[in-house]
Amino acid sequence: MLRTIGQRLADSVPTLLLVVTLVFLALRLLPGDPALVALGENATPDQLDLFRHRMGLDIPLWRQYLVFLKDLATLNFGTSFMNQIPILDLLAASLPYTLALTAAATAVGVALGVPLGVLAATRRGRTADTVARLLALLGFTVPDFYLAALLLIWLALGWGWFPINGLGESLPDQLYHLVLPAVTLGVVKAAFISRLTRSALLDVLGRDYVRTAWAKGAQAGRVIYRHALRNALLPVATGLSVSILSTLSGSVAIELIFGRPGLGSLLIGAIETRDYPVIQADLVVFAVLVVAVNLAMDLLAVAIDPRLRT
Amino acid sequence: MTATAVLLRRPVGTLAAIVLVLLVLVAIFAPALSPYDPLTQSVMQANLAPSAAHWFGTDQFGRDVFSRVLTGTRSSLLLGTISPAIAAIAGCALGILGGYFGGVTDRVVGRAIDLLLCFPELLLGILVSAALGPGFWELVAALGLAFLPRFARIARASTLSVRREPYIEASLSVGCRHALVIWRHVLPNVSGPIMVVLTLWVATAIRLEATLSFLGLGTQAPAPSWGNIIRDGLNNLFGSPWPIISAGIAISVTVLAFNLFGDAVRDLLDVELDE
Repeated sequence: MLRTIGQRLADSVPTLLLVVTLVFLALRLLPGDPALVALGENATPDQLDLFRHRMGLDIPLWRQYLVFLKDLATLNFGTSFMNQIPILDLLAASLPYTLALTAAATAVGVALGVPLGVLAATRRGRTADTVARLLALLGFTVPDFYLAALLLIWLALGWGWFPINGLGESLPDQLYHLVLPAVTLGVVKAAFISRLTRSALLDVLGRDYVRTAWAKGAQAGRVIYRHALRNALLPVATGLSVSILSTLSGSVAIELIFGRPGLGSLLIGAIETRDYPVIQADLVVFAVLVVAVNLAMDLLAVAIDPRLRT
Repeated sequence: MTATAVLLRRPVGTLAAIVLVLLVLVAIFAPALSPYDPLTQSVMQANLAPSAAHWFGTDQFGRDVFSRVLTGTRSSLLLGTISPAIAAIAGCALGILGGYFGGVTDRVVGRAIDLLLCFPELLLGILVSAALGPGFWELVAALGLAFLPRFARIARASTLSVRREPYIEASLSVGCRHALVIWRHVLPNVSGPIMVVLTLWVATAIRLEATLSFLGLGTQAPAPSWGNIIRDGLNNLFGSPWPIISAGIAISVTVLAFNLFGDAVRDLLDVELDE
């Protein structure tokens, strides 16, 4: 097990290098001129040159890349254009909120999606299955930011059940502020997870060992949860990484709507104020998170399925 | 099976197709159908609830929401269809090249696809928008790049399976050029699955376009798009919820119609997809 973990960790190093390189190249090789995008159409040539010099964009690409990697390795992201705050501090202040939101949304998604999927698979073709299918269709159709806006209008603004925006003071208050954002993202996620669970479980329910379990006279709950669901969890865990990543990117819009701090609001704010170094650093953190989630889900799959161990 | 039989056997898909035709007509004739100019402001008419004069009410600037939602149909449908189409063409080219020639080409293409695939589309879209700045073609590029790896993967997989067919070897052994073999034999086999995912990805593209516009990275104010109508609406929550509700329903109906239509196309062509 330890060896497998070490191997997966080592495997993810080149991927990590590739994704940060992707961010580096995207910001430099795509036709948009970063100086022009950052300063706007009305910038004078002198201003553009000064910007390029400050950002180190006036040296050859390969040297930029080396500087970029060195800064990354030493966690030296520079300071924000807007307020001269070290970017590392900005990121450190935002990251926990984005992680908390993603984790809470994932918990909601799994807690709703897995039982819904089990219900749909065990009552295939019956009312429960149809209802689950319609709910899933709704989850695929309604964009998360629209659902968030609707919940905000009805539950927060209309009925006053939840705070409209912000973060909250004490821990219970913070959790209370987390409810609506997490539920919004979680419901959309549950649609995906329930479909995944349903098809994985249906696949497993037809297997021989499940029939054997039934034949032994095992109780329905035992057959479904002990024999079938445990084996169905592997494809669900694989799909979960896709789902967590889409929640991570979806959190950008959700943070904006609920006025929560986080990597997403930091990024959008930086794009609006054309704070180039913050944009780059924020995107790098997102890229690293993408690799980290993939790795974590890989390891989860190993934990579930001993056959994947080497 | 005749056309009528097909329609009758798939009422949901047919209904979705009708909705889509209506949406296209709305997009084409939006200026003629709009009762008001979508950009004209009128302070006296701000934040009105829906009425006979303003079907979807007005926003904080007194602009008619119905006209703005109608006009927003144009950018949504245009971006939602152009971007996946471009991604499909580029993705097919890449995927076929990799799958057909194998070797180093395939390893490079395969690795690039894998790398891009581990990013969610929205994140790729944000990445490209952040680099290019806002604008119509910038958004097309952002969405196109976000979808490209998904098409490339399907094209590569289909090409790999066709590549082993005896008729490919036969064509090559009688002296056909690779270009001809790809055009005659590979492309027709790849196009089926690609067409199916294309309709399904249009739904996702429309949702993504709305999200990017909502984030301020897509269609720029004052030009209306469904995403930025919701963005404007959020700044005016205490004024009127109607712009948000109307634009959101427009997005949801369109995405639903494309999803259901895509499902019907998939069933009709009977294509197996490992999604």
